[in-house]
Amino acid sequence: MSYVLNTPEQQAAMLAAIGARSLEELFQTVPENLRLKRPLDLPAPLSEIELTRHVGNLAARNRHAANALCFLGGGAYDHFIPAVVDAVCSRSEYYTAYTPYQAEASQGSLQAFFEFQTLICQLTGMEVANASLYEGGTSVTEAVLMATGITNRHGKVIVAESVHPEYRQTLQTYLANLEPNVTTLPTPNGFLDPEDLKKTLDDKTACVVVQHPNFFGCLEEVEAVAKLCHDRGALFIVSFDPISLGLLKKPGDYGADIAVAEGQGLGNPLNYGGPYLGLLACREAYVRRIPGRVVGQTVDRHGRRTFVLTLQTREQHIRREKATSNICTNQGLMALRAAVHLTALGPQGLRETAELCLRKAHYAATQLERELGFTRRFDRPFFKEFTLRCETAVPELLGHCLEDGILAGLALGRWYPQLKDCFSVAVTEKRTRDEIDALTRSLRLGVQWLTPTALA
Amino acid sequence: MEKNQSTALLFEMSCPGRRCTRLPACDVPELPLTELLPAAHLTDAPPPLPEIGEIDLIRHFVNLSTKNMAIDTNFYPLGSCTMKYNPKRHERLAGLPGLADVHPLQDDRSCQGTLQLLFEMQQYLAEIAGLHGVSLQPAAGAQGELTALLVASAYFKDRGELKRKRVLIPDSAHGTNPASAAIAGFEAVQIKSAAGYVDLEDLRAKLDDRTAVFMITNPNTLGLFEKQIATITQMVHDVGGLVYLDGANMNAILGITRPGDFGADMMHYNVHKTFTGPHGAGGPGSGPIAVRDMLIPYLPAPLVVKQGEQYRLDFDRPKSIGRVRSFFGNFGILLRGYCYIRTLGPQGLREVSEVAVLNANYLLSQVKDHLDVPHGDRCMHEFVASCRHLRRERNISAMEIAKRLLDYGYHAPTVYFPLVVPEALMIEPTETESKETLDAFAQTLIRIKDEDPELLRLAPHTLPRSRPDEVRAAKEPILRWKPYA
Repeated sequence: MSYVLNTPEQQAAMLAAIGARSLEELFQTVPENLRLKRPLDLPAPLSEIELTRHVGNLAARNRHAANALCFLGGGAYDHFIPAVVDAVCSRSEYYTAYTPYQAEASQGSLQAFFEFQTLICQLTGMEVANASLYEGGTSVTEAVLMATGITNRHGKVIVAESVHPEYRQTLQTYLANLEPNVTTLPTPNGFLDPEDLKKTLDDKTACVVVQHPNFFGCLEEVEAVAKLCHDRGALFIVSFDPISLGLLKKPGDYGADIAVAEGQGLGNPLNYGGPYLGLLACREAYVRRIPGRVVGQTVDRHGRRTFVLTLQTREQHIRREKATSNICTNQGLMALRAAVHLTALGPQGLRETAELCLRKAHYAATQLERELGFTRRFDRPFFKEFTLRCETAVPELLGHCLEDGILAGLALGRWYPQLKDCFSVAVTEKRTRDEIDALTRSLRLGVQWLTPTALA
Repeated sequence: MEKNQSTALLFEMSCPGRRCTRLPACDVPELPLTELLPAAHLTDAPPPLPEIGEIDLIRHFVNLSTKNMAIDTNFYPLGSCTMKYNPKRHERLAGLPGLADVHPLQDDRSCQGTLQLLFEMQQYLAEIAGLHGVSLQPAAGAQGELTALLVASAYFKDRGELKRKRVLIPDSAHGTNPASAAIAGFEAVQIKSAAGYVDLEDLRAKLDDRTAVFMITNPNTLGLFEKQIATITQMVHDVGGLVYLDGANMNAILGITRPGDFGADMMHYNVHKTFTGPHGAGGPGSGPIAVRDMLIPYLPAPLVVKQGEQYRLDFDRPKSIGRVRSFFGNFGILLRGYCYIRTLGPQGLREVSEVAVLNANYLLSQVKDHLDVPHGDRCMHEFVASCRHLRRERNISAMEIAKRLLDYGYHAPTVYFPLVVPEALMIEPTETESKETLDAFAQTLIRIKDEDPELLRLAPHTLPRSRPDEVRAAKEPILRWKPYA
């Protein structure tokens, strides 16, 4: 089964028209000694029934957010996805189209991307947004590359340790052979202390990157950081949580120069980490430095409003090694999902979603502190995620909850050795009070099981 | 008739108070917000998103969708993009909660099904490549290129070969090749083409002990298999360089020949092309890389490993270049590629390439007497025609042919690429098209070239829009809707 349509008779007629005697002959430019003389060593083909059973069996071996209670966060969240998102995005006019280079045949996707860019501007309070990047980590990286170009400062980039560790690792990898050095500022109190930043920030610093709310769930002192950056001519890059903007001030309000985000929470399933989408928005002045695809409005030859891919002279297919970025695709379908989701939420829906996250997270934190004697590791305001410290061995404790069907949280020791006694808990609008109480019960039993003397 | 529902923008349809999402009542204590967050962090009002009811939202996006051409609606012979049929079974399986709702940071023990699938995918891609190690992490082909170049850089550093700073790239290559080389910290050096192939003399002249990597697309972007590939890879290896294969055109050689067997040391796949992940109007892609054994230590972490009957993510990779993105990779696209490979099996994959090449050659045979095909009358999975003579004799450009094809219900081929062919039309029919479709397309192409040039200059005539003013779009960019703009 290879979805090939042409029958043996048609194939024979086609070969005759070509003037070839066999299919083999069509490959005569492939030298004989380089050809594979055996079938590929792959499993035998499966019918649709067999494939469905096989993949279904694999799926059945997983725990997941639909058969377990998910309190895992760390950059990917179990937010609710309204049915309208799937209804629109399963239209194959969208998902089986490609890059809208032929504008006339792509007005559907192009207009949707223009609307996406507008929605991201409205969400962030920024002036310009692109049509999306791969995901959160590469968005931070592209923003940093952009900032070094804009400021023409290629020596130093400052990143708070409270930024997602995998975003920081991504940035390090990309910068491995480029000029800028990354200075990572410790955040022992769960946020970047502006006083610490002040000591490190200098006139050679291209940009400062913070995440708000950060990897520990804590809010950062974004206004103070923005001011410090601007006093030194550095750009302020913030990595935000799109859902948080139902309640929190927008990056444009507190002086961000480039705002980036992991956009998964906007209508995209967890999918074991991808495909997600990166959001990137900035000030108008930087529009010609923006990486990735951008859709613009123009008119067609009849004067009608029309959308096209634009500013392509920044891009790799024209500029080649001088391009602003090597990125070629955007995450088109994921951007469409985000656009439909934001529209379905509207301002009130976004606000209410954010409020539910906030209240439920605070209820959970209070319960876990009060009932189990866990302590919040950082005395900082938080939105939907918080970091707890406990006396019980964290991996074992979380393993215990897993057996109860609860994905209780994220052990932080993998990234932060000094926080090996800590885990973070994320609470979205989907979680109910009963579910949070079930988390509390499961953790209590886990603590009792693992440290019989505790909570006697 | 153009429907207002799809030409109005969401923001122009907004009506205060309208909404389509209702959230549950709060079931935990409703403390005042300022007790939970400092007032300084709180916004006065939520973002000014449009306010739209559910039926209007659906009509808007459904009507908009009908203004796209897509594989599911039209023949889409977009060269170098491999626009083959996207099987519907993949979509249903990708939606299974047991796969779609797995969190990327779950304990390995809780997602053995996902890890098994990914482990097997690593093995399949290594076998198809004829190479030894695979990283599924890169999000797209361009990121795969960058990842592999960073792997090469780490490899040379580890060996103390610090002089190797140059990446050699043929002039017919995709623009991502030189752009990726620049970000990986290399100097991009262009290699000339001669009669459609790598110019061996130019390559020889530029190969030396500064060469890190030679990037080659094979079959190349002209749809030709580099006959001298074994000589080329040997030349690169002789000066101590590595060969990188841009796998954009793997659809031509599945099970026929393997990059590792013809001397490539590293390559990327475009899972969204070769293994039919839906292109999603420009993404998501997935760009896993395969490498030869000596490069495995440098691959991004984590890889999926199997111990006994258990699968786990292996982060303990001290020589790894690190990560190129957060989380594992574009699982949703890898899953579709996996389903495709399992559905086809070894014979099916070979048949893909045989018929992709048959279809392209057949289409070439049908148009070659009517359009210039500068690089011969045989090709692999795609061929490049040129409107150079048409342009001179009848003042018809490649772009005009492309635009007029839209009127006949065909998506246009790739135009003006590769850059080495003037007035290029790059045509890739893929294996999933029938002879009837190819015949009808060829006849249309032939008919268009005899049409009135004036008619072509104004084409398309039947689509919702025609000939957008791209200069104006770039000169005075309007990148978002503004009230009263």
